[in-house]
Amino acid sequence: MGQTTFIVGLDGSDAGARALAFAKDRAKAAGDCKIVICYVIEWSPFTFQTAEENAQRHKRRENEIAMAHERVLDPALTSAKAEGFDIEGIVRHGDAADIIDALARERDAKQIMIGRVGTKGLKARIFGGVAGRLATTATVPVTIIP
Amino acid sequence: MLRLHHFVATLFACLLPGLASAQELATVNERVNQLFADYTGWYVGFIFAPLPGTDFSWIALWLVVGAVVFTIYFGAIQFSGFIHSIRLVKGDYSDPNDAGEVSHLQALATALSGTVGLGNIAGVAVAVSIGGAGATFWMIVAGLFGMATKFTECTLGVKYRNEYPDGSVSGGPMYYMVKGFKELGLPLGGAMAVLFSVFTILGALGGGNMFQANQAHAQISNVVGDYPGWITGLVLAVLTFAVIAGGLKSIARVTEKIVPFMGIFYVLVSVVILIMNYDQIIWAFGQIFVGAFTGLGIVGGFTGALIQGFRRAAFSNEAGIGSAAIAHSAVRTKEPVSEGYVALLEPFIDTVVICTMTALVIVISGVLAQDPQTGLYIWNAELGRITTEGDVGGVALTSAAYATAFSWFPVLLMVAVVLFAFSTMISWSYYGLKAWTYLFGEGQTKELIFKFIFCVFIVIGAAASLDPVIDFSDAMLFSMAIVNIIALYFLMPIVKRELHSYRSRLKSGKIVKTADQT
Repeated sequence: MGQTTFIVGLDGSDAGARALAFAKDRAKAAGDCKIVICYVIEWSPFTFQTAEENAQRHKRRENEIAMAHERVLDPALTSAKAEGFDIEGIVRHGDAADIIDALARERDAKQIMIGRVGTKGLKARIFGGVAGRLATTATVPVTIIP
Repeated sequence: MLRLHHFVATLFACLLPGLASAQELATVNERVNQLFADYTGWYVGFIFAPLPGTDFSWIALWLVVGAVVFTIYFGAIQFSGFIHSIRLVKGDYSDPNDAGEVSHLQALATALSGTVGLGNIAGVAVAVSIGGAGATFWMIVAGLFGMATKFTECTLGVKYRNEYPDGSVSGGPMYYMVKGFKELGLPLGGAMAVLFSVFTILGALGGGNMFQANQAHAQISNVVGDYPGWITGLVLAVLTFAVIAGGLKSIARVTEKIVPFMGIFYVLVSVVILIMNYDQIIWAFGQIFVGAFTGLGIVGGFTGALIQGFRRAAFSNEAGIGSAAIAHSAVRTKEPVSEGYVALLEPFIDTVVICTMTALVIVISGVLAQDPQTGLYIWNAELGRITTEGDVGGVALTSAAYATAFSWFPVLLMVAVVLFAFSTMISWSYYGLKAWTYLFGEGQTKELIFKFIFCVFIVIGAAASLDPVIDFSDAMLFSMAIVNIIALYFLMPIVKRELHSYRSRLKSGKIVKTADQT
């Protein structure tokens, strides 16, 4: 039997952190297991932008990716690696539920683990409802961590 | 250039203290008008000069001939590539790894928000009230040809844009003039770029700014009653400054969401009116076809209809002006041709769809007076146009035509006109800024100076009735097309090479739809 993969949705919130802690727990039990943590930056190709925003878009995108790594993924990766986990961090732009499910299929994951409540404000829009949508549409089992 | 400095200096000296009272303002208006008429009247006269024996300005012919040349040269790309354009906009060929970059649809929407505006509402009414229903036919024809011009200029805009180490981009005709001409070993690319930039800055301050502010104020005071224009100007200027100089991005976001919605809503209302009058649609198209070749009694007959239609299309979709090339160059595609394909949809949406909708509703609503016996239009020689209900023209005619179906429409139209004017101003502030930074270099202070000047001109545009000033800036807008289309003629072989390469890779399967990738 090959390596088991878990996908964990992270958004910098406590619920996200609890989802990762749960994934670590399961990974220990599963043995040969890889955890892929994914941070999704909400983005839609259908929003309307000014010409100036368009011209700055690439720069902003790079900044957003760097920030996600710096603030959310890297600290999680460092501590998980120190604990001896096989872990990888991914940042993507798009719709969180779609991206996480697509990643699960891409990596042939056994399970998606996600926090139920995201951070407040804008980020709440990213993960608020995402768990619910994943539960109904995901192609692999989903565990929602309260 | 010195003369220009003299104008600007005098303009500011005259206007800023003059905003204090209406009486002073009237005097200032006269002084500025006189000043502009004296200095620039000859140039405006030259740009809008009619061809001998007609009232068809040579500049409109210049744009239409350019569009026909590009259509032939690229094998009617607007028809052969139309489906591919739609697929690109849908994102069928977008690399998922590029998610988060500007999408084709976003670039298209941004460019459209700069062109969809008063031209589609007021301009069409002017064309139809002078040229009759037949003007619509020629407007559609010119709009279809204009698609090839957009394809050419936007492909070049992406191909020769500047990409900076920080990831931001600057593109537009000035860049393809310099780099493209250098590549071909041609002289004068730099000089053309400077000339184009000067025209763009002045066009941005006028047609892309003062005219918009002026018309927005006219439309608001039409509905709510007369009040001083500087109030509208100041509000618009503050909002625009907040958007373009940073800070209140939320205003931009709100506008960005409302403007496309208004555009779609405008088309939907038009469709509803057409459905309500479905029994007249065939008749209306009959009027359009018959009018296109006979004029149905308008002055100038067939040529009268053709002139109005061509002029409206050329002035509405900005194909050949070069502005779209600036807007589209922000897309981070590896294939410049793909952006050209996307851009060719602009004149289609702007002219063939939106302008035609306005024209059809005006024709069907019956606001244009026709002789019941002969079916010919009743000409009002005094006003120089077809007799209309209430003797109105321009935006008021569009408003009256839509009001025949929905009495609340004038209020909605007011909101639409103001929003379209606002979004056009934001788009043109960017085009002007790119020309400004091309001439004076990139830098926060330099950019802020331009943004401030731009906003001051909004107040001036709304407060004053400066026809000669607006005429001059319109002349600048079309001067952009003279330089730009000359450049396009020289550079079109490069676009053809790119197109061949793109098509052969599409055929051989090197460029495949994202869904088909393994």
